Amino acid sequence: MVLGNYKQVIAARSTDPEILRKAQDGGIVTQLFAYALDEGIIDGAIVAGPSDEPFKPEPMVATTREELLASRGTRYSISPNMALIKEVTRSYGLDKVGLVGTPCQMQALRKGQLYPVGLRDVADKIALAVGIFCMENFPYQGIIQLVEDHGATKLDNVSKLDIGKGKFWIYTERGATVDLPLKVTHKYEQPGCHVCLDYVANLADISTGSVGTPDGWSSVFVRSAKGDDIWAKAIAAGAFETKPMDSVKPGIDLVTKLATDKITKNQKYLESRATEYGVGKALRNPYI
Amino acid sequence: MADKITVGHVHMSGCTGCLVSFADTYEGLLTILDKYADLVYCLTLADVRHIPEMDVALVEGSVCINDHLSVEEIIETRKNAKIVVALGGCACYGNITRFCRGGQMNQPQHEGFLPIGDLIDVDVYIPGCAPTPQQIRNVCVMAYLLLKGNDEQKALAGAYLTPFMNLAKAGTEACGCDIMTQVINQGLCMGCGSCAAACPVRAISMEYGKPQIERDLCIKCGACYAQCPRSFFSFDVVNQYEGIMDAIDAAMQP
Repeated sequence: MVLGNYKQVIAARSTDPEILRKAQDGGIVTQLFAYALDEGIIDGAIVAGPSDEPFKPEPMVATTREELLASRGTRYSISPNMALIKEVTRSYGLDKVGLVGTPCQMQALRKGQLYPVGLRDVADKIALAVGIFCMENFPYQGIIQLVEDHGATKLDNVSKLDIGKGKFWIYTERGATVDLPLKVTHKYEQPGCHVCLDYVANLADISTGSVGTPDGWSSVFVRSAKGDDIWAKAIAAGAFETKPMDSVKPGIDLVTKLATDKITKNQKYLESRATEYGVGKALRNPYI
Repeated sequence: MADKITVGHVHMSGCTGCLVSFADTYEGLLTILDKYADLVYCLTLADVRHIPEMDVALVEGSVCINDHLSVEEIIETRKNAKIVVALGGCACYGNITRFCRGGQMNQPQHEGFLPIGDLIDVDVYIPGCAPTPQQIRNVCVMAYLLLKGNDEQKALAGAYLTPFMNLAKAGTEACGCDIMTQVINQGLCMGCGSCAAACPVRAISMEYGKPQIERDLCIKCGACYAQCPRSFFSFDVVNQYEGIMDAIDAAMQP
């Protein structure tokens, strides 16, 4: 169950060169929302947009293709997209909401639909929830220290950040590449990530990430009935180029391995919270 | 439907917002009353003077301890109801009535208001101000399944309601501070923003990915903590979100 329930898993990338130009990998999230927006499947989507500080994400409601394009790519820091889940149905007036988020944000969304304690009239307005693979996340200050202190690079000059092949990659506007071993990044992970038991966004309608597929491609899990329906329509419309997952390298086994590693490590930490400091007092367990 | 459950709405010191929320399921309320529940007591909607025996009592509002009638009524509610649900922030946690200091018209001597859990045992909490129509509807459907369903339905309803039963055991105080003390201090916050979305008075904003709580604005309704995915989260329940949402939709068909 480390990969959750899914109807199919497939390697894919967007067929839109404009989306791919600044996409993190296969442009799956941007393409899905652009297609769903065109088709009227969603009225808009909550995405991690740019802000006035470099690589600091800011949740935003994208209702146009331009806004979606502006939010392309990964910013490895916290974007509280759920903070807009009620507002998007109020001042933005959306009836059909798209949302992209990490596995924990998908958990927050589904809990919010089943237990809408403070989310009045929101549960039935979620039209498409796209989840992204996630090993951990960093506070913005952590990104500053990684890029500027460890990487000796001005964040203003960075064109892309990436985590892959066991390294943290920094690409600058002028073509330089700096890579850091993942070992130095671990201390900057936010603590809340260490109790997370989901790597591939099990609760999304569709989830995607770079792991398992070649550069420029993404792995895509189609999970819910809603996701299945939208994915089939998007494929029929020619929005994506696809390959069978078992025809690409490194393939599904790497996704399974990383998911298992994350969940095993965090499960162990979660259990250790009961006796962490040997003081006979437990830290709280969030999973009941 | 011979096999309905009996439900009452007990009105303590509340603003009727919770009842409005209950009624705000529109035709859903009619479906609930048609198929699942008889409303046997409700000051606003039913002409019944004394608290009768019932399966589920939805209690809105806190108890004014300076008013003996209120105290008697909450004790009577506990006696006559199989399941007592604290409906909304005032009944669960005191909410805005925590800030009362007396001196108001036309009962200036009424200044002590307690969440019902300080006087009686409560089975289920529904936090929030107001609790949302969908949350009340979900609890109603689940309470029906718990009392009248088959074994499988009883198990699901039990699992669904468990977190709200646990909240009822956990105490009678809530505050935006809970997000700090129970989530961030415990190393559990991952910055999703659910608390900010849930707050009815916009007391929570997200700064650098973490909640910033304006404590002067907080009315102590308990919505932020209950909404937080790291306050309680049951994989058994949430992993079945598709099936549960479909089942509730089906149950609400007229």
